[in-house]
Amino acid sequence: MTVASFDDATTTTSARANRPAGGSSRKRRAPRTGALTLGSGLGLGVGMIWFSLLVLIPLTAVVVKAQAGGWDAYWKTITNPQTWAAIKLTVEQSLIVTLVNVVMGTLIAWVLVRDDFFGKRALEVVIDVPFALPTIVAGLVLLSLYGPRSPIGINVANTEKAVFLALAFVTVPFVVRTVQPVLEQLDLEAEEAALSLGASKFTTFRRIVLPSLAPAIGAGAALSFARAISEYGSLVLLSGNLALRTEVTSVRILTYIENGNTASASAVASTLLLISLAVIVLVDIAQRRIARRD
Amino acid sequence: MSIEVRNVNKKFGDFVALDDVSVNIPTGQLTALLGPSGGGKSTLLRIIAGLEFADTGLVEIEGQDVTHLPPQKRNVGFVFQHYAAFKHMSVARNVAFGIEIRKRPKAEVKARVAELLALVHLTQFADRLPGQLSGGQRQRMALARALAVEPTVLLLDEPFGALDSKVRKELRDWLRRLHDEVSVTTVLVTHDQDEALEVADEIVVINDGRIEQIGTPDQLYDAPANEFVMGFLGPVTRLRGQLVRPHDLEMFAADPGGSAVGTITRVNRVGFEVRVELTAGDEAVLVTMTRTHYHALGLDVGATAWVRPAAGAPTVGNPARNPVADPISEPVPG
Repeated sequence: MTVASFDDATTTTSARANRPAGGSSRKRRAPRTGALTLGSGLGLGVGMIWFSLLVLIPLTAVVVKAQAGGWDAYWKTITNPQTWAAIKLTVEQSLIVTLVNVVMGTLIAWVLVRDDFFGKRALEVVIDVPFALPTIVAGLVLLSLYGPRSPIGINVANTEKAVFLALAFVTVPFVVRTVQPVLEQLDLEAEEAALSLGASKFTTFRRIVLPSLAPAIGAGAALSFARAISEYGSLVLLSGNLALRTEVTSVRILTYIENGNTASASAVASTLLLISLAVIVLVDIAQRRIARRD
Repeated sequence: MSIEVRNVNKKFGDFVALDDVSVNIPTGQLTALLGPSGGGKSTLLRIIAGLEFADTGLVEIEGQDVTHLPPQKRNVGFVFQHYAAFKHMSVARNVAFGIEIRKRPKAEVKARVAELLALVHLTQFADRLPGQLSGGQRQRMALARALAVEPTVLLLDEPFGALDSKVRKELRDWLRRLHDEVSVTTVLVTHDQDEALEVADEIVVINDGRIEQIGTPDQLYDAPANEFVMGFLGPVTRLRGQLVRPHDLEMFAADPGGSAVGTITRVNRVGFEVRVELTAGDEAVLVTMTRTHYHALGLDVGATAWVRPAAGAPTVGNPARNPVADPISEPVPG
C-alpha cells in the first residue's frame, strides 16, 4: 500500500504540480520539481528577504570584513595570545556547560514529567527565570552570591569557574524545555514492554527512551552551546575579564571594537561563527546516530 | 496451577480496583478475564505481570511467589492494546529485543526471529518500521516479540481492542489456532463477551473489582451465577421478576398453563429474527423467535399472547408474584 502510493506520487508529480494544494490526502508535501503556486512563491520570497536582511547579509558582511586585511591579518589576530586564550576559554567552557546541560537538563525534564513532588509547579516556573532575567541582572545575582562578599562563603570571582557558572546559569532552560514536551508524549507502554521482556531500567532507558529523546536533547544542546559561546552580560561582572585567564571572546571582540579595530573584531567573530556551525553540525550527526542506533 | 492469585487488593487513591480477588489460572489454557471497562481486569493482569503491585495478597506463577518480583524477573510476555511498539527499531529488531537482552549468540537470535516472524506471517516485513505496518500486523509483531522470550505465561491486555471488527475476528481465530500450536498459558483481558466465549477455555468474569463467576464458556452461558453475568453475556429480558434470555422465551396464542399473559406492543424484524415486545402486567418483555415461528403463531400488535421460559432455559432471580416493587415501599434515600 505504502509502496504503491509512493510510485503514484512520483509518476504524477508534474501533473499535480499546478493543482492547488489540499486535494488528495496522499500529497502532503509540495512536489520537488514542480513550479511554485502564487501563494507559496510569495511566502518563500518574503521569508527569504526577511531572513537575508536579518541574518545572511550581516553574516556575509562580518566574513567579508574579516578578510579585509587578507589572510595574514586574520591569522595574526586569531593567533594573538590574548585572543587565542579567549577563544580557547570560551569554547572549552561552552562545551563543558553543554555537556553538563545535556545530563542535568534531561534529568530535570525527567523529574518534571515523571515525578510528583511538592513544589513541582514552582520549579516549572523558576526553570524559565534564566531566560527572562536580563543577563546583566543574572551577573549581579551571581556576583552577590558567589563573589567576594558571598553570604555562603563561596568565592569564584575572577576564575574560570565564574565563567562556567555564568554560562551554566543562563543555559539551564534550553535542554529542559526541548526535552520536556517529547518526554510527555512518550509511550509509557513501550517502556513497560521492554521491562517485561527482561530489560533492566537502565537498558530500557538507553535503548527505548534515549533514542526517542535524542533529537530533542540535540536541539537543546545546540541552542545551549550557541548561547554559551556568545554570552557576555552574565559573566562580565563575576569573571573579572582578566587577560589570558578569564577573558571570553565576546569581551575580546568588544575591546577590538572600542579600539576601532573592526577588522580584528570581525575576524574573531567569524571564527566564532565557524566553530558554532561546526558544533551544531556535529551535534546533529551525533543525535541522528543515537536515534537510529537500532 | 500455573498462576495463582490469592486475596489480592488494590486501590488507586480512593478507588478500589480489586477487592479481595482470588483466582487460579490453569497451565496451558487460554483464560479470558471478562468484564466492563474499569472493572479491574486490566489491573489484575498488570499485577500478574509485575507492572503494578498488589496492596495486599499473593501472586504465584508456577509455584513461585512473585508478589514482589519486578517484571523483568517474572518471565511473562505482555501484549498491550496499543501495541507498545519500539518505533525506532525494525520489526525484526523489535522481535529480537528480548532475546538480545539475554545475550544469546547472534546466529541463535537470527534463527529464532526468523522462526517467530514466520509464525506470525510477517517474514516479508522484517525490515520495515512498525509505523509502516497496519494495526493487525503491529499486534502480531507485538505477539511475536512477547513469545520470543519463551514466557511462562502470555498476558494479553485487550489485544484487539484498537482494531476494526473484521481484523478483530480474523486475529481472534488466528490467536486460538496459535494457542493450540504454541500452548503457552495465556490470559486474555477483554470486554467483548463474544471474543471471550469464542476463544477462551475458561472465563473469569470481573466487575467492580470483584470476581462474579469463573467457568467454561458453556458453564457461564448455561448457568450464570447472577444477573450481572447473565446480562453481560448477551441480551436479557425480565419476566415475572426473573432474568431470562429473549430467545429462551416461548410465546403462545392460547394459554398453555404456567404462563404470563400480555399484550403485544411492538414487532420488529431484523434479518431472520423477529423481536416481539409485549406488556405483561407492569413488565415490558422482549421475545425473539425466527420469522417462520412468528408467522405460524398468527399474532400481531395489539393481540394477547402468553409467554413462559422454555424448559431448561437458564433464568436468574426469584420468581415473584408481583414483580414490580411498589414505589412507596422502596427505601427513601438519605
